[in-house]
This record gives sequence, C-alpha cells and structure tokens, in this order.
Amino acid sequence: MANKKNFSDPLIIAGKKFKSRFLLGTGKFPSKEILKQSLKESQTEIVTVALRRIDIKRHEENILQYIPKHITLLVNTSGARNAKEAVRIAHLARESGYGNWIKIEVINDSKYLLPDNHETLKATEELAKNGFIILPYISPDLNIARELVKAGAATVMPLGSLIGSKQGLKTKELIKILIDEIDIPIIVDAGIGFPSQAAEAMEMGADAVLVNTAVATAKDVVKISKSFALATEAGRLAYLHANKEIKNIAQASSPLTGFLYDKK
Amino acid sequence: MKIILNGKKKVFKNSLTLLKIIQQSCRQPEYVIAEVNGKIIKSPLWGKTTIKNNDIIELVSFVGGG
Repeated sequence: MANKKNFSDPLIIAGKKFKSRFLLGTGKFPSKEILKQSLKESQTEIVTVALRRIDIKRHEENILQYIPKHITLLVNTSGARNAKEAVRIAHLARESGYGNWIKIEVINDSKYLLPDNHETLKATEELAKNGFIILPYISPDLNIARELVKAGAATVMPLGSLIGSKQGLKTKELIKILIDEIDIPIIVDAGIGFPSQAAEAMEMGADAVLVNTAVATAKDVVKISKSFALATEAGRLAYLHANKEIKNIAQASSPLTGFLYDKK
Repeated sequence: MKIILNGKKKVFKNSLTLLKIIQQSCRQPEYVIAEVNGKIIKSPLWGKTTIKNNDIIELVSFVGGG
C-alpha cells in the first residue's frame, strides 16, 4: 500500500501529485457499498465515472455519494462516437462542478471497442485549449501519442488489450515505445485482467494502470482491489530498483567456498 | 405542451420551469446536469428557465464506468 507519508515517488498528472498509481474504474460493481469498500482497500486516488441520461423511473442513488471527496474524478466520454460527441460530454461533465479531468474515449466499433485515435486527437486538441485536463485513451501508437502531447494531453492511456478481455499486455512492445519516447505519464488502460499483469506493466515502466472489469467481476471484489493496488506498487518498486540484467548461465546465490565436504 | 425529455416524448398540461421538471424526474437534483436544446443550463438558472413546446431536454448524471 502507498504509505501515507511517502511522497518520494509521486505520480504527477497536470501538476497534481498522487501517492497511488492504481486507477480504478467504477463500472459493473456488484453494489455501490462494495465499490466504496474497494476504494478504501485499494487506496486509489483517481477513479473513472461515465455520464448517462438519468433513469427517470429508477431513482437510483448517485454514485458520487460513494466516492470520497479526496479522490479525483476522471469522467470518461464513453458513448462518444466522434470528437464532437466527446467534447459535448466533457462540457456537461465540467458543468457538474466535479472537476475538469476527462478521459477521452471515442469508440466507433462495437465488437472490439477499439478507440478511434484520430477523433480522440481532435477532441483533445479542442478540450485542452479550453482548460480541461485530458487523459486520452488510445490504441498505442507513437505518432498519435506525440500529437497528443503537442495538443496538450496530460497523459497518454494506451490499451493493454481489448476492453474487458483480461488478455493482459498484448500491446506490450508498442507501449514500451511510448514509455521510452513520451515524456508525459503513460497509464496502461484496458485489458489488464490479473494483478500479475498490472505488475508487469509497472515493472516495464508504465507510470500507472487503470483497471475496472477485473476488479468489479472478481469473486471477492474488495480483496482483489487491494491485490491490484499491491501489485501495482510492487511493479513500480521493481521498475525503480531491480537489477534488470538477465544471464544465460546460472549464477550461484550461495557462496561457492567453504563447502562441508571440501577436502582442504 | 409537448417536450422531448431524455429522448422520450412527454406531454404537460401547463407551462413549466426546468426546475419543476427536474424535481419531478429525479430524487437527487443536486447531481443532475441539464441541457435544453443543446445548451447547458446552470442549476441557479433552472427556476428561471421556462420550458417551451417542442423543447428538447437532456438530464444527465454520473454513473459507474471504466
């Protein structure tokens, strides 16, 4: 868990410091009470939410009542099929008074739910100019990522694999290129299905991970949210401090002298 | 008066303010964001905004999402 006093290695997005590098999506949780407990256990500091028409008949309690105030709300533009729709959602979200952090998510394709990088860039260009903090969700591509940086994006969020698929880091090599070449935080979003995959992303140098389905559909949602948070932190520590050299022959861990059966 | 509220046709006998429509439509108006004919209406103006025939109203709020 992120130590409350330890601000030595913060995640910094748009000048704001975070201790936790584990972002949690809030969709598909079995209940809002379980969501609340998961937020506490994972100590996440950034959560995503979506914007939808209110259901006039159901009168459900609003999700914001279950999200503590210290957590930064990141509103996704899910449902947007082009830049224009994403921009409209962002403006509505800002009107709520709950901040201006927007995860741009523009999706045209219902089978693979792959983001439309081109429309995402257009929306980012427009919204960043208007004072929004933009975290665009993309298919990992260096050229688009560079354009997003120029457009004023606060992070780049490449997908690890298809949304909700739990396939892990299928795009690993492309994400590595982004980590090497892009100077704003890289947050791996989508497809992370197991804590080991979150650790893998962090160990290779991602700045943070965002997980939703794998937590919300777990057997024990609260415990898994903690497991993901621990794995994320473990991966980060490994990235910072591990010796990354790999050898082709064995290297004994124990001393090679002073054996019990030595003749001398 | 006929309006489109969140994509559905609604008929009201009398002219209403946006505030009244929001109060009738949801239990927690403090979490609602309102748009009339594509324009966002800030909550302090809801009571002063009179809804006209054929207005298109969108009432949205946050839900769980990834």
